[in-house]
Amino acid sequence: MKRFFVLTAAVLLFATQVPAEAAMSAGEIVHRANLASYYGGDDGKAKVKMTITDSQGRKRIREFIILRRDETDGGDQKFYVYFRKPSDVRKMVFMVHKHVNGDDDRWLYLPKLDLVKRIAASDKRTSFVGSNFFYEDVSGRGENEDTHKLVQETDDHYVIENVPKDPATVEFASYKVWIRKKDFMPEKAEYTDKQGRVYRVVEALEIKEIQGIPTVTKSRVRDLNSGGETVSEFTGIRYNIGLKGSIFTERYLRRPPREARR
Amino acid sequence: MRGLRLSALLLAAAVALPQAAAASVRDLQDRLYDVSGIELGGFVETRAGLRTDRDQDEKDASIAEARIQFDLGRDFGWAMTRLKVDLVGDGVEEVAATEVREANLQFSPFEWMDVKAGRQVLTWGTGDLLFINDLFPKDWESFFIGRDDENLKAPSDALKASVFTDTVNLDFVWTPVMNGSRYIDGSRLSYWNGVVGRIAGRDYIFADDERLEFFRDSEFALRASRTVAGVELALYGYYGFWKTPEGMEFTPAPTLYYPRLAVWGASARGQLLGGIANVEAGYYDSREDSGGSDPFVRNSEVRFLAGFEHELGRDFTGAVQYYLEWMQDYSAYEESQNLVGMAAYAKDEYRHLFTLRLTKLLMQQNLRLSLFTYYSPSDHDWYLRPKANYKVTDQWTVEAGANVFGGRDDHTFWGQFEDNTNVYVSVRYGF
Repeated sequence: MKRFFVLTAAVLLFATQVPAEAAMSAGEIVHRANLASYYGGDDGKAKVKMTITDSQGRKRIREFIILRRDETDGGDQKFYVYFRKPSDVRKMVFMVHKHVNGDDDRWLYLPKLDLVKRIAASDKRTSFVGSNFFYEDVSGRGENEDTHKLVQETDDHYVIENVPKDPATVEFASYKVWIRKKDFMPEKAEYTDKQGRVYRVVEALEIKEIQGIPTVTKSRVRDLNSGGETVSEFTGIRYNIGLKGSIFTERYLRRPPREARR
Repeated sequence: MRGLRLSALLLAAAVALPQAAAASVRDLQDRLYDVSGIELGGFVETRAGLRTDRDQDEKDASIAEARIQFDLGRDFGWAMTRLKVDLVGDGVEEVAATEVREANLQFSPFEWMDVKAGRQVLTWGTGDLLFINDLFPKDWESFFIGRDDENLKAPSDALKASVFTDTVNLDFVWTPVMNGSRYIDGSRLSYWNGVVGRIAGRDYIFADDERLEFFRDSEFALRASRTVAGVELALYGYYGFWKTPEGMEFTPAPTLYYPRLAVWGASARGQLLGGIANVEAGYYDSREDSGGSDPFVRNSEVRFLAGFEHELGRDFTGAVQYYLEWMQDYSAYEESQNLVGMAAYAKDEYRHLFTLRLTKLLMQQNLRLSLFTYYSPSDHDWYLRPKANYKVTDQWTVEAGANVFGGRDDHTFWGQFEDNTNVYVSVRYGF
C-alpha cells in the first residue's frame, strides 16, 4: 500500500513538472504541506527541548518526549507527551486524541497524585506548556478553518495567504506561509493582526531528511509584541517504529511505555 | 523545643543549600545516573502558616515546616522501581520525621498485565476533590493546613494488579493491612466532639483503635473499566473499612475504631457541550450497622456526584460539581441519636454539597490563580481554598494561599473547622 502511494506521488510529481504546475490549487498545496509537516511516516517519536526566552532574556526550559501515531494519513492522530523537565512536571503525561471532525480528547496524568485527569477542550491558540508555541502549532490547524490563496510563487516556494473563516475564534487577521516546492515543507509563517502588522513569526530553522522524510529539527516562534521567543530542538527522531494504538490509553499514562522512557 | 530547633536548622539549610549547591546537585544527578542508572529528583521547601483566629485549643501556627524530598527512580527495562522520601522538620508538632511516600516495583509479567507492588499512591474515580469510589487513604490534615496538593493522597502499602483485555480492563488492589486516612483528631486542628458536645482540640484527642492485623484487616478494591464511544465507564467494588474512624466503642473509655464497610459504585466521564461531564455513584454498606440503629457506628449511605468543566476564556477554566450523601435508615438513626441524647446535633438525611473551581493562568502560564470552593446549602457551611502559585524560574516556586472554613453551626462537616481558618506561604526549590 505504502509503495503504491510512493508510486502515485512520483507519477504526480513528474506530471506536475510539465506546464500543469500552475494548476495546483492553493488548497491542494496546503493539504500537501499539512501532510508533510504533521503526518511524516505512520508514527514517530522525538525528544523535544524548548527554550523559552522572555523579553528580558530570562530562559525557561521544557523537555519532553513526544510519540505520535496517525490513525489515517491526514486524519485523526494520537499524541503522547512525556515530560522530563523542569522538575515540577517530571513524569507528567499529556495525551491527545486529535479528531479532525469534532473536539479533541485530552488527558493529563499527574504522577504525584496518580490522577488521570480528563481536560476540557480548549482554545487551540493558547500557549503550549508556557511556550510561545500554540497547541495548534504542535498538532496542526484544520485545513478547512481558513480560505487559502496562492499570492506568490518563486522558484523554490509557494506563498499562501490564509484568512480565517471565523475570525472571532483566532487572534490573527491572516497569515502567510512560505512552502518549499521540492517537498512541501512550510519554512515560515507570518501572522498579521487587524492593523495589518506582522506580530508573530513561526520558522523552521533547520530541516533534515530522516529516514527519507523531510523533518523540522529546529524551529522558532517569535512574538514580536512581547519580544519573547521559543526555540524547539528535536533530537532522536524516528519514524515508523510500530507504536501500538494501546499506548495511547489510560494504562500507559500510569505506566509510561518503553518508547517514551528512553 | 528540639523539633523547633531542628526545623529552624532545616530551614536554614533549605535556604542556603540551593544557592550554594544548585550546580553540584545537577552534577550529582548526572553522575548518579551515569554510574548507577538512578534518576534523582526532588525539592527543598519551607512552608509557614498562621491561624487567622485565636483558637484556645490549638497553637497559633497552623504550619511551620521545612521539607526535603528525594525522588529516586531506576528503570530496568523489564521493571521500574521508585523510592520517594520526605525529610520533614515540623515546627508545630516539634518533630523531625522521615516519610516514605513511595517505595515500589512496577512490572508487566504478561503483555496484558501490569503489577505495582509496595508503597504507592493510588487514585481512581471521577470526582474533583470529592471521593466516592476512591477509598484509598487521604491526608485531610495536610489538605486543610495548606501543604502541597500532592500530600492529600496518603500512600498505601498495597499490591495492584491490572489486566487489560479488548472488552474490559480490571484493576485489583489488595492492601494487606488497612491504611486509614489521616483525619482531624484535634492534635493540630480542632473539630466537633460529640461526646463533650463542643469544639475540642489538643484537650481532647480520642484514642484510636487502629486496625493492624495482617489479612484480617485487609482491604480489597476492584475496578472494571472500558471506554465506549469516548465515554469512560467504570464499575467499582470495595471491601474493607470506613477510612476514618466512624465507630466508637467504650472499653471503658470512648475509643474510636474503623467499622467494616463495603462499597459498590459506578462512574462515567466524557465530553459534553465542549466540556467534560462526569457522574459517579456509590452505595456505602456499613456492615456493622446494617439496620442503622447503632448510635455509635455510621449508617449506610448512598453517595452521588455530577460535575461539569468548561473553558471560560483563554487559560481560564471553570468547573462545578454537585454531591449528595443520603443517609439510609434515617428514622432508625434519629431514634438512636435520641436514645443517647445527641438528637440536637443529629445529621440531616440528605447532605447536599456544591463545589466550584476556577483556575486562571497568567504571565505566560507562570502564575496560576485558583479557587476551590465547597458549599453545602443543607449544612449551611463552606470551605474556600484560594491559592496563588508563581514559578519564578524553572527551579524556584513561591505559593500563597488560604483555607477558609465557616458555617452556621459548630457540628456540621465544614462548620466544625471554623477556628482552623489559616493562611500560608511557601518557597520551593525543585531539582
